[in-house]
Amino acid sequence: MRRKVSLLALLFTLLIGSVASAHDDHSHAGEHNEAHTEKDTPEKVKGFIKHHLKDAHYFELFHGAKMPLPIIVWDEGIKVFSSGDFKKVEVKEVRVADSTITFEKLGATDTVAKDAKDYLYESVNANYSIFHGKILAAKHADLQLKLNKEGKKKLISHSALIDFSITKTVLMTFIICVLLFLAFRGLSTSYRKGPIPSGFGRLLEPLVLFIRDDIAIPNIGEKHYKKYMSYLLTVFFFIWFVNLAGMTPLGINITGNIAITLSLALITYLITQFTANKNYWGHIFWMPGVPVPMKFVLMPIELLGTIIKPFSLMIRLYANITAGHVVLMSLIGLVFFAANLFSFGAFFGLTLFLGVIELLVAFLQAYIFTMLTALYFGAAVEDHHDEH
Amino acid sequence: MTIPNIVGAGLIVIGAGLGIGKIGGSAMDAIARQPEATSKIQTAMIIAAALIEGIGFAALFAA
Repeated sequence: MRRKVSLLALLFTLLIGSVASAHDDHSHAGEHNEAHTEKDTPEKVKGFIKHHLKDAHYFELFHGAKMPLPIIVWDEGIKVFSSGDFKKVEVKEVRVADSTITFEKLGATDTVAKDAKDYLYESVNANYSIFHGKILAAKHADLQLKLNKEGKKKLISHSALIDFSITKTVLMTFIICVLLFLAFRGLSTSYRKGPIPSGFGRLLEPLVLFIRDDIAIPNIGEKHYKKYMSYLLTVFFFIWFVNLAGMTPLGINITGNIAITLSLALITYLITQFTANKNYWGHIFWMPGVPVPMKFVLMPIELLGTIIKPFSLMIRLYANITAGHVVLMSLIGLVFFAANLFSFGAFFGLTLFLGVIELLVAFLQAYIFTMLTALYFGAAVEDHHDEH
Repeated sequence: MTIPNIVGAGLIVIGAGLGIGKIGGSAMDAIARQPEATSKIQTAMIIAAALIEGIGFAALFAA
């Protein structure tokens, strides 16, 4: 137990250390200080929320303390560099043809309209830039935007980069995995000493039993549930821990990232399809107990249903967490616009209330995801019974 | 967001809210009638509510 705590302390110290070092070589710290004296506007809060929902190439503990993260891209070979190499460049849009726009560096004396201004981050050493979160193998002079019919600007792609970067979401996923590993390693070793777990395991044991007795056995059945337990436990605790981590003020938003929920849903889908028995496929391709023409009608519907089920898993988790974060952050933003002490108290109370609700949602979403996953597994291994 | 989108989103939320409300209300009735089946009713309630919610969110994203 002691060792675990010291390991965590070490990890945290490393984190803080790198944040501090990143702060040192930060070039536009002055710009931030300047912005601090201005009053916050609703647009700023909106921008901040939008920014939070997106993944980032750095980890920002608090305003101004940025920790750069490695950027790994496949561009005719793996290239690794730190996101600290990227410096902000302000640009203005210049129209060259009817529907094409190029960028020019914004001079200090230039005055341009607000919507013609943009910015990107350019690498100091290499020919890369980050434009609205996307890594491109070009600098601002080579980038081109195209206006489509609806008047929206679209970037013309330059080269096929494959982005494997350790972004904020990826880093946090790793940390959560380590935490989960430590927690469950502790639980399993404590069983060697005796039947009663010690420490944090005392909290985890009833939850493990809850998943077995209330989710796996009723939905999958006594006969088959064992081979699915490992996945159900993993997915439940992963989602729960990640959701709880999202409630900390570290600005983590992992399950609010559709790629993460897509992967989780995809694993559920693959396990369902590859462990399904004859009875399951029979119900999809040749529904028993209905007239023959109906069987042909049901076939595509059922086939589509197998994809819609994991799709809804993906959307549900993503949308719930995203909506929760947006509502919570909007309320926190409202606190700063409170006109008097009464409204300040009201907003504060509302934020606290919704924060507590979100803690419940964090558990509920993990429960629902696991529950529905177990339900789909149960349908896949259900044994044949007489015609209904 | 255009006005039809906002109206559509509103309709979706009303529909999903009514649906989940009906499920919750019926579950309350059922629990009052048979308190010993509470856990089973709750499970079924949450699954049904989650399915409606999923459709609601999917439609909200399309709007």
